[in-house]
Amino acid sequence: MATTLSPRTETPTQPTARKPGRRGRRLERRNWLGSVMGWFWLAVVVIPLYWIVVTSFKEQSDYFAQNPLAPPQQWTLDNYRLVVESDFPRYFLNSVVVAAGTTVPAVLVAFMAAYAIVRGAGSRLLAVVNGLFMMGLAIPLQAAIIPIYLLIIKLHLYDSLAAIVLPSIAFAIPLSVLVLANFVRDVPRDLFESMRVDGAGEWTMLWRLAFPLTRPALVTVSIYTGLTVWNGFLLPLILTQSPDKRTLPLALWTFQGQYSVNVPAVLASVVLTTLPIVVLYAVGRRQLVGGLSAGFSK
Amino acid sequence: MTSVEQRPLTALTSSHVGRSGSVAWMTLPALAVFVLFGLLPLLGVLGLSFTRWDGLGAIHAAGASNWRTVLSDPGLPHALWVTFLVMLLSWAVQTPAALLLGVFMAGHQRYRALLAVFYFIPLLLSSAAIAITYKALLDPNFGLGAGLHLSLLTQDWLGRPALALGVIVFVVSWQFIPFHSLIYQGAVRQIPASMYEAAALDGAGRVRTFFYITLPQLKYTVITSSTLMVVGSLTFFDLIFVLTAGGPGDATRVLALDMYIRGFQANLMGPASVIAVILVLVGLALALLLRRLGGSTTASQMEGA
Repeated sequence: MATTLSPRTETPTQPTARKPGRRGRRLERRNWLGSVMGWFWLAVVVIPLYWIVVTSFKEQSDYFAQNPLAPPQQWTLDNYRLVVESDFPRYFLNSVVVAAGTTVPAVLVAFMAAYAIVRGAGSRLLAVVNGLFMMGLAIPLQAAIIPIYLLIIKLHLYDSLAAIVLPSIAFAIPLSVLVLANFVRDVPRDLFESMRVDGAGEWTMLWRLAFPLTRPALVTVSIYTGLTVWNGFLLPLILTQSPDKRTLPLALWTFQGQYSVNVPAVLASVVLTTLPIVVLYAVGRRQLVGGLSAGFSK
Repeated sequence: MTSVEQRPLTALTSSHVGRSGSVAWMTLPALAVFVLFGLLPLLGVLGLSFTRWDGLGAIHAAGASNWRTVLSDPGLPHALWVTFLVMLLSWAVQTPAALLLGVFMAGHQRYRALLAVFYFIPLLLSSAAIAITYKALLDPNFGLGAGLHLSLLTQDWLGRPALALGVIVFVVSWQFIPFHSLIYQGAVRQIPASMYEAAALDGAGRVRTFFYITLPQLKYTVITSSTLMVVGSLTFFDLIFVLTAGGPGDATRVLALDMYIRGFQANLMGPASVIAVILVLVGLALALLLRRLGGSTTASQMEGA
């Protein structure tokens, strides 16, 4: 950093004294280094992505013959056909089941816990429970994977989708509780009081009051959890073995092992498995980006 | 980890204390799953580190023999060293780049928002997909370099130890810089405009403003982001597993991978559990160290770390 910046340090910034314009605009206009970095990073990100998409539509023979960055001379869907015929619809379905089966229960139970932690603040018991969850933020999944494997075998769940779902829920809970508790805390106390006066119990207030008012946070947390599970690799790798239980990331890996020479087909599998998330990104970019920085938004 | 102390004291009103019993049960479902599949395994791994198990048969007590084996195995310092290298290099590449991009993205110009749309795409891809893409892209025979006939790009990227490590650092940066620049973007936008106005009145240039205002104001953000990078780097598994599988030789065999190979490929769950315990200890030590570095006020800034 220091070395990249030093050339700028040496050139004195002349226009400062001459042009007393608005601060923001002037500062930003002179941020050369930032602009260079901005465009440079765009190229770093976009070139590989462009290459993936373009190549996935090329015939394998074309791929070797022409410039890899040129668009295909002969557009073809053969690669996609090969991917679809290699059982990817099934893997896709598995991923959907695992992602939904994790996200919905994880967010619901985390929401209930967050509600209890906020509403029952002052209780020693709940403080301990909260402490346990916060400790969970520091547990790396890799470190716990061997006992999880043992546990899953003992529960006779090995090689099933439930084997992926259960630990995924457990590891989604701590961050979800943290983020959701921060938002439940923002629900005005008066609203709880007035509902209580009307005779509502905690269970009613949980769903009728806190739930609708924390909906943005619930969406954010769901997206973060869903994306993490959708992209998860370690749990499927260790807890399943039959091909029909594969989720997409695992399927990608085995597919590449099989067709490593057929680069266009491998890249078609990458495009196809990423497409749902990119579509989601196009539709709900703000929530998704918010979800990615979950925990920092407050 | 840090927000335990954050509960507002105002909530400690008498009406709440009496009611806590009626809501406490709501934590039960989350607590049950979390304890069973999160907390228990964490304790279990310590227990398993004192046993002999091949992953299939019966589990036998083994005393401290696994610990003796692993601690005297030259593979351990090597794995620690590789882990440290990946951690340090990916931090050194990501921090300045993310900081610069974050400051850039904090500007309110339209085109910057548009560029940011593209920056985030790598975050959406799974590590497996990214690793597969780069494996194909960097292939000396079938990759981008071979197709463009650029000898600079046509190296055996994943076949030479130093290059393979460099590739991992690059791919990690490619994947995670957008995330960290997002954190910086948010922090930069919170710096009061009056500070910049004062600096402009004093005739400070862009670079001086950056070093005397922006950077000091971002101190805690740098610590937060660094903590996430450093602790997160301990858990790079998918990416390295798919990209190099620890190779060539054991050049990129980081701790997490070392654990997997010992446990699930060599079927030595005891020694693998020892590595897992070491992984946890290293992670905790680093998190505490970075927290200490940031001083006591970081607690509120480290939310979600």
